[in-house]
Amino acid sequence: MVRQNWRRFKTVTGYRTKNKEQSPPTQPSPLRGEGKGGGGSLWVSARPLLIPLWLSLLFLPFKGLNAALIFFVVSSVSIVLLRYLLRYKKLLMQGLETLSKKTRYSLFVTNYSLPIVRYGLLLFLVILPFLVRDYFLDVAVLAGIYIILALGLNVVVGFAGLLNLGFVAFYAIGAYTYALLNTKCGIDFWPALPFSIGLTTVSGFLLAIPALRLRGDYLAIVTLGFGEIVRLILNNWDSVTRGPNGISGISPPVILSISLGKLSYYYYLVLIFVLLTVFITKRVYSSRIGRAWIAIREDEIASSVMGINITMYKLYAFAFGAFWAGLAGAIFAGKMQFVSPESFTFMESVLIVCMVILGGLGSIRGVILGAVILVLLPEILREIQMYRMLSLGAGLVLLMIFRPQGLLGGKGVSLRC
Amino acid sequence: MLSFALCAFFLVKSFMFLQQLINGLTLGSVYALIALGYTMVYGILELINFAHGEIYMLGAYLGIIFLAFFTAIGLTSYSLSLALILTFVLSILFCSSYGFTIEKIAYKPLRNAPRLSPLISAIGVSIFLQNYVMLTQGATDKVFPNLFGAAGFEFISVRMTYLQLFIILTSIIVMIALRFFIRKTRMGKAMRAVAQDKTMASLVGINIDTVISITFIIGSGLAAVAGLMVAMYYGLVNYFIGYIAGIKAFTAAVLGGIGSIRGAMFGGIILGLVESLGASYISSEYKDAYAFVVLIIILLVKPGGLFGKAELEKV
Repeated sequence: MVRQNWRRFKTVTGYRTKNKEQSPPTQPSPLRGEGKGGGGSLWVSARPLLIPLWLSLLFLPFKGLNAALIFFVVSSVSIVLLRYLLRYKKLLMQGLETLSKKTRYSLFVTNYSLPIVRYGLLLFLVILPFLVRDYFLDVAVLAGIYIILALGLNVVVGFAGLLNLGFVAFYAIGAYTYALLNTKCGIDFWPALPFSIGLTTVSGFLLAIPALRLRGDYLAIVTLGFGEIVRLILNNWDSVTRGPNGISGISPPVILSISLGKLSYYYYLVLIFVLLTVFITKRVYSSRIGRAWIAIREDEIASSVMGINITMYKLYAFAFGAFWAGLAGAIFAGKMQFVSPESFTFMESVLIVCMVILGGLGSIRGVILGAVILVLLPEILREIQMYRMLSLGAGLVLLMIFRPQGLLGGKGVSLRC
Repeated sequence: MLSFALCAFFLVKSFMFLQQLINGLTLGSVYALIALGYTMVYGILELINFAHGEIYMLGAYLGIIFLAFFTAIGLTSYSLSLALILTFVLSILFCSSYGFTIEKIAYKPLRNAPRLSPLISAIGVSIFLQNYVMLTQGATDKVFPNLFGAAGFEFISVRMTYLQLFIILTSIIVMIALRFFIRKTRMGKAMRAVAQDKTMASLVGINIDTVISITFIIGSGLAAVAGLMVAMYYGLVNYFIGYIAGIKAFTAAVLGGIGSIRGAMFGGIILGLVESLGASYISSEYKDAYAFVVLIIILLVKPGGLFGKAELEKV
């Protein structure tokens, strides 16, 4: 019976499996469906309600009868509405298509090449501190740090096609290196930065050397394990990292004996680093190395036949991604003046992966957009902050089903391995 | 005198070792139950079902909820064993339904997608379920009523509670039943066929969708049993227990050779032993890290797992 509900759900909501034609076994025979389902008009009209009924039944033990009933009513109404809307599906889809085409065209493709838009945007970013409150500037700094992180992960996931679920470990190494160098040895931000980035890059190398022998999904799990191990070490190595209490009293960067502790100064620092990141990743993307990455992502065997040293280029991708994570980590430590293992959980890794996937794998503009959206959204919608992770999870599933290439992902860019 | 003291010392040491062995066995049989779900799904779909740990967590929560419900209507005081059996049955049913629904919603549309898409979808489901439970049940620890107490029996100063015995025995019975199901029944045969070759299986008239659904239902049921038993064992349940338990069970599955039923059983038990011995002899702070270290070493040294390809008994 549930099987049929599902089939019904698909017809009701237009929810469809991809490549249906390629998998005849997954397509049930229409005769059987008719034989079972056609049992009177009441039954037919009630059938769309079976999915809400099933889901609210699942919901029942967790929140009690009242909530389940409310859930049932809400979801039934929305399904009926959806069905009503789907009558105009074609029209709606056309409208959406043109809208998205237009917006994408106008917002993200042509106009960017126009110098006036480009410099206008830059000017806007430069004068931003004079326009907005400190609170918003704080969010902007955070968004900048996440953009650097997401661009770094984009190198690994988007360019080279290697899913890294422990990216936050590199971020943590970068942040802790600066924090320790600063608080224990009294080294300033700028001399400490190369150490921070260097150590992170080296650890990226060290992780990649053994891990790259593994196939895609195993690689993901091993990187996840690496992330957890780093977090556990930070949490338990009390004598050095001070455990869950974290390290406080990190001094912010100083330029020409001016401390950048002030928020607007820090904003400019982050802005410069973001622009640097965008510039360099873009250049590397279109270089020989970048093309090799894309070739590996698209077809590993074919690219090895073409003479690309796969292991070497994957190593580069890992180390190059880790490089940016180290930078972001140091900036983060300088901004917060405090680091603790709490900032480097698995959820943080997932959040960064979400940014990359939401925006569009391999697309630099897309990744920036994804990072900005995921940082701004919970800030704007304060009241839904509780549901932030919930909707993030659901969003990941929906994204994978309906738009695996992300918001601004180009053609042919997809997850492969 | 000295030799006597040394003897006594080693005797005490070995008792401690035995004690840890029993603790590890208890833990390991729970891991094995969860690992079976991973390995079955991987055997058929080649998907790391990241949400499987959350099903286990749901099982623990459902156990607490149903037991509280039965206590409220007075069934527990009337007959404790009936209430417990009903709790088990209901939790298994609900978890199986959850597993079934998750497969239909999050994995089925991605069956022909690139390999990483369903993995990311699974991570999404995992996050969703964690927060779903947190929002509906609250972020604080839930307490499972202590039904058995600390009653147990002692054998030359090695102590085993009845609960531990119950957990180990239940796991063994469930595993034997599963083995029987897969080897002897028609559906089990179909599962093995689908694991070997999906297209061929569908050509000989096996309904792949049904087989996959059944796999998820059985795997989730096993996870529910594991969750309930852990809730009883530790007495405390939280919404994030699924993530770490899931990773550990996955490690167990890989350790034994993923896709292999026997491998999952032994992998789980070995991992449980490693963890409890490591916690008592090396450091208990890094208890959760052992699984990851084992996982990384296994994947690097022998990616096929202990029961590697030679006698791969896929589901």
